[in-house]
Amino acid sequence: MRTNHNTVLLCAITFMSLGLGVAAAQNGGTSSGYPEPKNDFTQQERRGKGLYRRYCVGCHGPRGDGNGENAPYIDPKPRDFTLATFKCRSTPTGTLPTDSDLINTLKRGLEASNMPSWLPLSDQNREDLVAYIKTFSSRWKKEGPGKPLQVTPEPQVTADRIKEGQQLFQKMECWKCHGTEGRGDGPSAPTLTDSKDRPIPPYDFTEGHRFKCGQTDEDLYKIFMTGLDGTPMPSFADNLNPEQAWDLVFYLRTLQPMHTKEKDIAKQLGLKPIEPNAAATPPDNK
Amino acid sequence: MTSPQRSLAFAVLLASLFFCCSVQDAQAIPAFARKYGLPCSACHEAWPKLNSFGQKFKDEGYQLGNDRDAPIWQNASFWPVAMRITPHWHYESLGHTAVDSIPGDPTSPTIEKTVNTSGFDLTGIDILTGGTLLKNISFLLVPSIDPGDGTVGFESANVRFDNLLGSPWLNFKFGKFELDVPLSEKRMMTFSNVGGAYQLYHFMPVGDVNDFSFGENQLGVELMGHSEDDHTRFAASLISSTNGELGLPGGRTYNGYIHLSQAFMAGGLGLQRVGVYGALGLRPTFFLTSGGEPIPGTGQGNRSFYRTGVYGSFYIGRFDLTAVYQRASDNVYLGNALAANQVLPDGAQGPAWNTGTFEAHYTYSPQLFFIGRYELVRMAQQALASNASELGNADVFTVGYRYYPFMHSRAGLAWHQEFATGRSRLTSASGQDQRNNSYFMGFDFAF
Repeated sequence: MRTNHNTVLLCAITFMSLGLGVAAAQNGGTSSGYPEPKNDFTQQERRGKGLYRRYCVGCHGPRGDGNGENAPYIDPKPRDFTLATFKCRSTPTGTLPTDSDLINTLKRGLEASNMPSWLPLSDQNREDLVAYIKTFSSRWKKEGPGKPLQVTPEPQVTADRIKEGQQLFQKMECWKCHGTEGRGDGPSAPTLTDSKDRPIPPYDFTEGHRFKCGQTDEDLYKIFMTGLDGTPMPSFADNLNPEQAWDLVFYLRTLQPMHTKEKDIAKQLGLKPIEPNAAATPPDNK
Repeated sequence: MTSPQRSLAFAVLLASLFFCCSVQDAQAIPAFARKYGLPCSACHEAWPKLNSFGQKFKDEGYQLGNDRDAPIWQNASFWPVAMRITPHWHYESLGHTAVDSIPGDPTSPTIEKTVNTSGFDLTGIDILTGGTLLKNISFLLVPSIDPGDGTVGFESANVRFDNLLGSPWLNFKFGKFELDVPLSEKRMMTFSNVGGAYQLYHFMPVGDVNDFSFGENQLGVELMGHSEDDHTRFAASLISSTNGELGLPGGRTYNGYIHLSQAFMAGGLGLQRVGVYGALGLRPTFFLTSGGEPIPGTGQGNRSFYRTGVYGSFYIGRFDLTAVYQRASDNVYLGNALAANQVLPDGAQGPAWNTGTFEAHYTYSPQLFFIGRYELVRMAQQALASNASELGNADVFTVGYRYYPFMHSRAGLAWHQEFATGRSRLTSASGQDQRNNSYFMGFDFAF
C-alpha cells in the first residue's frame, strides 16, 4: 500500500491528540474506576486518596475493607479500615490510635505480614494517607483517639527483674499461647482466631528479631500494655504495674534469638524454661 | 493512499484506541507484584520509571526489608518471570540521507533525499526474571529476544549480595548490569528511533570510534550503598572495556565509574536529588592480527576517555524535572579512528563535547503520564581543528504520553504515543544539517 507521508504524519498527530483526550477523559483525575466511598473529601484526604490508590489499594481494597485483589493470597489478611481496629497503638485497648501511631506503622511496616515499610514516602505523604484511611470508618467522626499510654522510664536490667519477669510470664499465662520457651507453641495456640474468626498464630519470640509493632523495649512494653486489637493478644494494663511490665520486657528479651544483655544475665542465672504445672511464686508487688 | 485504504487505517487505529480504553481486567502476573501483592504503581511513578519506593526496593536487592523477602515465603509454584513487549506503529523520516541516484546502481552519483518509512513493528521481547535466591542474595536475569531474527541476548545477568555485614552501605553486584546512571535508559519512557536513546550516553563525535555507550549494560562488579531512607546513595563500578559484549572482544583493560547522590525533602514539594558522576576508561586502538584479522581480546595501544557530569532531579508535586550536564572527552586517537602506533594528521586533537539533558514529567495520575525531553550536544573541541566548530552538534526534542487503562498488580498495559525530532549539524554527506523525525504509537504491555 503506497502511503502519502504527509497524510500519515498528520493522521498520527491527530491521533496523538485524540488518544490523549480519550485517555484524559477516561482517567478523570486520580480516579481509576473504583467506587467512591464518599465525595466530600478535604484537600488532604484527596491527596491521600491518590496515594492510597497508588500504594495501598491492591491489598486493602478500594473500599478500605481489606478485600483488595491480593487479599486472597495474603496471610495475615490486610487490615479492614472500615472497622477502625488497629493493632499498633499507644492508646488503651478498644480506643482509636493517634495519627502518630498510624504514621509510625506506615514508616515501620508490620513484621510477619506483607505490610512493608513506607519509609521512602515523605512525612506529608504519610499524613495524607492517614487522613484518607480515616474516611473509611465513621468511628473517626464520632470519637477521638484514646489517651496515649505514659511509658515510665526504662529501669536498669537486673537478674532479679528477669526472674520476676519470668514469674509474670507464668502467672499471666503468656505461655498458654506463646509456649513455655516463647516459641508460639502453647496449648492454646492452635485455637486462636482474630476478630474475623481467621486463625492467627501467636508470636514466636525465638525466631523474631522484631515485633509486630516495633523492635525497641518501649515498643514491646506498649504491645502488652495496650494489646493488639483485633487479635487474641489482650491488654495487661489492668494486671501489671509499670515496674512489672518492664520486668516482663526484660524476660521476653531472653527468649529472642539475637544476643542481648538480658540473655547474658539469664545464662549466668542458669534460667530454665518455666514449668507450667509448678506453682508460680508470686512476684513482689512493687 | 487511496480513500478506502485511508479509511481502513483509521478504523484500525480507532479500534486500537477503543480497545485500550475498554480493557478492565487482566490475569497475567508480573513477578515482583505477584511476590509482594503490590500494584505496579507502588514502585513505579508510571512503569517502568521508578519512584522513591521502587528505587529503595531495587537498592535493597529487590527486597522490601521485611521478613517476607526470602524465597521460602513464596508459593512453591511461583516463578519469578515477567515479559514485556511493545507492538507498535511508527513513522520515520531521515533527512539528507545519501542514496544512489539510480536505485540498484552503486556507480550512479549519490544524491541526498529525505527517506520516509512507516509501518507496524515490534520491539524486542524482554524476559524479566529477578528476585531473591536467599534473604540478602538477589539476582536479575534479562534475556532479550530480537524480534527480527529471533536471536537471544542477555541484557542483564547478575547476582547481588545485599546488606553485607548488616549494613545497607555494602552491596556487591557481579555480572552484567546497568550502571547506576542518573537517568536509566532501561527504564526509559520513550521508544521512538529518534527519542528512544539518550544523546547523553550515545552521542559520538564525527569520526570517533570509541564504542563506550554509557547507558548500555556493562560487565563487571559494583559496590553500592545507601542510607536507610535511600536519600544518600553511592555506586562504584569496575567494568571490562567491552561495552557489555560477551566473549572478551576488546582488550584487557577496565573502566571505572562512580556516582554519588544526595536527596532531601523540600517541604510539600517532594523529594529532590542532586548528584555527580564520572566514568574513566580505556579503549584499544588496534589489535594483534592473524592473517590480517584482529584476534579478539588482544587490544593494544589503549587510549583514554572520560565522561563526567552533575545533575539534579526536582519534584514539584506531580511535576518533575531532571537536568543533567555532562562533559565528555576522548583521546585524539579514538577521536580520529587511528591506531596509537600511527602518525597523527595535522590538527588532530582529542574531541570534547558538552551535553545537556532536560527531562520533564507530569504524573497526572498513576494512569496518565506525560513526558517532554530536550537534549543538546555542543562540540567543545573537534577531532580535527579544521572541522567546522558546530560539526555534529545535536538537538533532540521529544514529547509523548502514556496512558495505563487499568492499574492492577498482575499485569500492565500502556497506550504510548510519542513524537521526536532531532537535528545534527553538517553531518550529511554534502555537509548539510540532518533532521530526523519519529512518530511512535503502540501498546506496551508486561505480564
